[in-house]
Amino acid sequence: MAKPVTLSQHLPLRWLGVLPFFAFAVLFLILPTLYIVIGAFRTPQGDFTLDNIIGLNTPTIRNAYWISVKISFWSALLGCVIGFAMAAAITVGNTAKGLRNPLMTFSGVASNFAGVPLAFAFIATVGPAGIITLYLRTEFGINLRAYGWNLLSAWGLTVTYLFFQIPLMILIITPALDGLKREWREAAAILGATGPQYWRMVGFPILLPSILGTMALLFANAFGAVATAIALTGPSLNIAPILLFAQIRGDVLGSPNLGYALAFGMIVITGLANALYIWLRARSERWLK
Amino acid sequence: MTRLFAWGALLTGIVFFLLPLYGMTEFSLRMRRGVYSLDAYRAVLVDPQFQATFGYSVVMALFTIAFGILLVVPTAYWVRLKMPELRPVVEFITLLPLVIPAIVIVFGYIRLYNTSSWLPLTGSAMGTNILLMFGYATLALPYMYRAVDTGLRTIDVGTLTEAAQSLGAGWGTILSRIILPNVLGAVLSGAFLTFAIVIGEFTMAALLNRPAFGPYMQILGANRAYEPSALAVIAFAITWACMGLIQLVTRFSKHERAKA
Repeated sequence: MAKPVTLSQHLPLRWLGVLPFFAFAVLFLILPTLYIVIGAFRTPQGDFTLDNIIGLNTPTIRNAYWISVKISFWSALLGCVIGFAMAAAITVGNTAKGLRNPLMTFSGVASNFAGVPLAFAFIATVGPAGIITLYLRTEFGINLRAYGWNLLSAWGLTVTYLFFQIPLMILIITPALDGLKREWREAAAILGATGPQYWRMVGFPILLPSILGTMALLFANAFGAVATAIALTGPSLNIAPILLFAQIRGDVLGSPNLGYALAFGMIVITGLANALYIWLRARSERWLK
Repeated sequence: MTRLFAWGALLTGIVFFLLPLYGMTEFSLRMRRGVYSLDAYRAVLVDPQFQATFGYSVVMALFTIAFGILLVVPTAYWVRLKMPELRPVVEFITLLPLVIPAIVIVFGYIRLYNTSSWLPLTGSAMGTNILLMFGYATLALPYMYRAVDTGLRTIDVGTLTEAAQSLGAGWGTILSRIILPNVLGAVLSGAFLTFAIVIGEFTMAALLNRPAFGPYMQILGANRAYEPSALAVIAFAITWACMGLIQLVTRFSKHERAKA
């Protein structure tokens, strides 16, 4: 790219163009996060300490993290499996190509339909007085509650999260499925491979980094979600984001610095999941470009 | 066998998606005993709280979009034109809001900009509004930046800039009259996505105590039976409209380019 020769070529002026962006990023993204991270390693007097991190090891907080991890893991795993099956059906399955555009559009909408209204939709459907719950009870005498179903629980939250996890998986994995070259399949067929053999030995190994990477992304996505959980269960369910929400509102842990440590723990978990995603995506790009 | 599996997966998924949509629509029509009616919608729409909070969130969304465009378009343009070596850094920063949960970011805001700090934004309602807008801009940053950067990729930034400069245009003119119109489709996509994110956002608004639509929905959900379903239908319609507009804009700008 040829550079026009003007006075603004000199270094300080060149940096002026990105100054607003970096000022914004530092003030409203990096400094606030750093403040939390540093606070997690400080006493109220400002000295360095590891007590806050160690203080996370109480039954309540450990439990909150553990339930959060379980919800995020299961919603990510199920989202991946179901989303992959649906994406495969509209791409390589030769089954329902006509459904491809509607499903992709719908996925764009559903992956953004999160938060409070999503909780309402599930309460109206399979909540204690939901349409399906009542229908099954009056028409078939099936009491979902007696079968252990409770929307206002960790499993209820997992199922609710699937409403945006599955579409997100479809949106991310469909391009990867499109990247599988027809020649690979033909080559495998010429060498005598059956359909399942092709998938087991060629298709699936190529896609595996993409699938696992997306799963890490879905995990982080569910882990940081607050609004749906609060609208669904109120403050009753003890998961990490709800505990942090209560801590910010009213210092329920009785120690501001322990609150920073709780938030720091969340950053570490979502950070690890995202690092895994980036690393796996780089690997998958070796084959799928 | 494979076919059966494919159809099975599709049908399961579609039923799973349609049931809650059906459930919320059906439930929202049941406020009057025995017959379907729009009473729940009427109750929501005439509620002054709804009007106030919805209006507040719309205004916040518009300001967030304006601020986002002012921040992202010049930056993405400048990085492409003059500082390509900065691209990985800028891209990394724009992806950070996807890594750091929103609740943690707003936690930092509350502690960093409280009344006894060097920049006491939370001290006044106006200051808190501005802080919330910055928070929303942060949440929308990954989407806005990616949309604009993709748009810039399709045009020859260097040549356009040189042509404009040789005709005597300054940086302001180049950005507003050359670059922006050329990436308008991408900018609008980012804008509609920002709107969809901001309009129902709960966590930041609730923790900063601003009367936004998200917290209003949550409070209504805890106290009413049928109105929340009506709100869910309205929110779904808004999300759908935003995504539809994005598709429309994308198709339209592709069409324009094909003609040119």
